[in-house]
Amino acid sequence: MSFQEFLHMGGYAAYVWTSYALALVVLIANVVQPLLQRRRLFAALARKRRRSARN
Amino acid sequence: MMRFIHRLASPKYFYDVAGRIVPWAGWGALILILVGAYWGLVEAPADYQQGDSFRIIYVHVPAAWMSLFIYVVMAAAGAIGLVWRIKLAEIIAIASAPIGASFTFLALVTGSLWGKPMWGTWWVWDARLTSELILLFLYLGVMALYGAVEDKRMASRAAAILAIVGVVNIPIIHYSVEWWNTLHQGPTVTKLDKPSIAPEMLWPLLIMAVGFQLYYVATVLMRARVELLERERNSRWVQELVQPR
Repeated sequence: MSFQEFLHMGGYAAYVWTSYALALVVLIANVVQPLLQRRRLFAALARKRRRSARN
Repeated sequence: MMRFIHRLASPKYFYDVAGRIVPWAGWGALILILVGAYWGLVEAPADYQQGDSFRIIYVHVPAAWMSLFIYVVMAAAGAIGLVWRIKLAEIIAIASAPIGASFTFLALVTGSLWGKPMWGTWWVWDARLTSELILLFLYLGVMALYGAVEDKRMASRAAAILAIVGVVNIPIIHYSVEWWNTLHQGPTVTKLDKPSIAPEMLWPLLIMAVGFQLYYVATVLMRARVELLERERNSRWVQELVQPR
């Protein structure tokens, strides 16, 4: 099987590759989101700490 | 054993243990999903009726399985939180919701992408598709309800009750293809004695399914850890974690 044929997916390329691309997006999003949330939380806690240290 | 459970229920201990499990489950999931995808996309033979379009199965079926599995975990954890007031169970329940919702979304969309070339339509209001769509709304409802209540313990209780009521939908989804005449095909894998799928097509599916399971373990623990920190933000151990002395 050539690489061209692989990409072509027997004529179903649009359906197959869209499915896998969406899966990739969903899998990555679920990892990135808690990481971002964690960073936001740590920043907020650090801000709060600085504020209370000044007073 | 009881001492172990008691210790695990302490937030700081859970936070540390979960933090050690995440990389193992995460890297394991990545490897299995890559192997499963390669096997399913490249090695597995094309289907004699559906050609290469059947390869969508390797995303669609594990995602659909996970959408049901995660819902049951969410409802069970919610029930444990409701009955025994265990904070960690509440957190696992609410951390599961967005992951389950995204797998449900994935199952619906890839099903649609499979249905178009095979059935000639993106969507039909048949029993399987409709009950899976209701599952998505249940997940979104649980998340919205949790988000709408200010006090997080109250929010957990409300969301848990909705999740538990929604469990009735799970057997409906599972048996829908048997109870009603649906366009969706019947089960091919879960006929345990003799699955009607060729082994070289089945193996990548099972690998993918285990990969998705590990992925869920990794991501639910990641979310649970952050949620735990948010709830315990005023406690000593979180303060020390943010700024060690």
